[in-house]
Amino acid sequence: MLTKRIIPCLDIKDGRTVKGVNFVNLRDAGDPVALASAYADQGADELVFLDISATQEQRKTFAHLVKEIARHINIPFTVGGGISSVADVAPLLEAGADKVSVNSSAVRNPTLIDDLAKAFGSQCIVLAIDARKFHNTWIVHTHGGKNLTEKKLFAWAKEGQERGVGEILFTSMNHDGTKNGFAIDPLVKLHELLTIPVIASGGAGSMGHFADVFTLGKADAALAASVFHFGEIRIPDLKTFLKNHAIPVRL
Amino acid sequence: MKTILLKYNAGNIQSVSYALARLGVAFEITDDIENIQSADKVIFPGVGEASTTMAYLKEKKLDSVIRELKQPVLGICLGMQLMCRYSEENNTPCLGIFDETVKRFEAAKDYKVPHMGWNQLISTDGWFKSVPERSYVYFVHSYYVPVNKFTTALCEYTIPFSAAMKKGNFYAVQFHPEKSAQAGENILKSFLSL
Repeated sequence: MLTKRIIPCLDIKDGRTVKGVNFVNLRDAGDPVALASAYADQGADELVFLDISATQEQRKTFAHLVKEIARHINIPFTVGGGISSVADVAPLLEAGADKVSVNSSAVRNPTLIDDLAKAFGSQCIVLAIDARKFHNTWIVHTHGGKNLTEKKLFAWAKEGQERGVGEILFTSMNHDGTKNGFAIDPLVKLHELLTIPVIASGGAGSMGHFADVFTLGKADAALAASVFHFGEIRIPDLKTFLKNHAIPVRL
Repeated sequence: MKTILLKYNAGNIQSVSYALARLGVAFEITDDIENIQSADKVIFPGVGEASTTMAYLKEKKLDSVIRELKQPVLGICLGMQLMCRYSEENNTPCLGIFDETVKRFEAAKDYKVPHMGWNQLISTDGWFKSVPERSYVYFVHSYYVPVNKFTTALCEYTIPFSAAMKKGNFYAVQFHPEKSAQAGENILKSFLSL
C-alpha cells in the first residue's frame, strides 16, 4: 500500500538552516547536510529544502549545498526558492535534486509550469502555493507570503495540474507557525478537485495533527519544520503513532 | 569488475552515481559503445519522457547496443519501461527486450497519478535476495508495466503491476533503488554481486 509521507522542510539561507515563524522571525536550526542525514536515518520519507537567500552570492552557496545533500542522503528531496526559468532548474536537477518547487515565478508567469513540465517531466515539478483565508476565500500570496495576488487557491491549484505539475504543496498562512493543526477544510477540497498528490503544510504542533491531516484532510504527505528541528516530535515516534492509528506509513 | 552507468539524457544519472559512490563501487559514466560492450555490469537509469529518450538513444545508436548486451544489465524506472516493446507514453516503440506494453495509470478516487512515494514489494523472488518481502521502496511514475511472465516482484497501486522483472541477463526495476534508503542499497548490491 502506498504510504503517507512525512517531509521535514529545511529553510536555507547562506548555506544554513533557518525557520520562519509566521514567515518573519528566523531562528538558526543547524547545518543542512547533518540535519538531512539525521532525518533520512530517522525514517523521513522525503526532504524539502527552500532557498530563502536574498543575494546572488548566497544562491551559489545553495547550488553547492544541493550537491552535498545529494551525495549524502539516500531518500528523495525537493529544492525550491527563487526558481524562475528552465535554466534555473537544470543545474539543480543535475546536482542531484529529485524535484524542484516553484511558487512566485509561476504566479507571475504560469507558462513557466508548462515549460518546466515539458523540459523535465511532471514528476519533478512541484507547485508550492501559500494562501491565506480572507472571509471565505483563500487568496494566493507570493514572495514568502509578503505579496497578495489576484489568484485564488483552488483555481490556481487546478490550473497548475492542467499545466503539468506533478504535485501541489499547499501552505496555509493562517495556520503556519501556530502549531494548532493543519488547515483541514481546504485540503479536503484540494483532494476532491485534483488527481495529483497534495502535500499539506502549516500548523503541525502535535502527532494528532498529523493523524488528522491524513484521515480528515486526505493529504498524501505532510510537511513540517520546527516541530522536527527542535525535537518536539521525533519522526520514529510519529510514524509509530500514525501506524497505531491505522494510517499507512513506512516503518 | 567494470561497472558502467550508461550516459544519456536521463534525469537521475547523478543520483545513481552518488548511490554507487556511497556503496563504495568503482564505476564509469559513459556512452562509449566499446566501453559499454566490454563492461561486466551495465546500469541503464532513466527519468524523463519515453519518446524523446528513445529518439536520443537511437540517434546515439545506443538502442541496438543495449538490446544486444550479454552481461547483466539493470534498467531503472524509465530504463525498465524502455526495455519493453512499446509505451503508451506518446505511443513510443521501445527496445523490445520484454515483449510488453507500458500503460498509463488511470487516476481514481484516492489514487493520485503519478504514483509517488513509498510502496511495498510483494512476492519478491529471484534476484534481490537480501530484500525482505513487503520492503518499502520509492516510486515516481505515471506509466507501469503490467504483471507478466518476467515479473519478479509486484507492487499494487489501483492494480498489481511489475515492480521488478528479469529476462536472461536483463534486470529491471520500476522504483528508484538509488532513493530507497537501505532497501534500495541492498537491491543495488544484489545486482552488483550477480
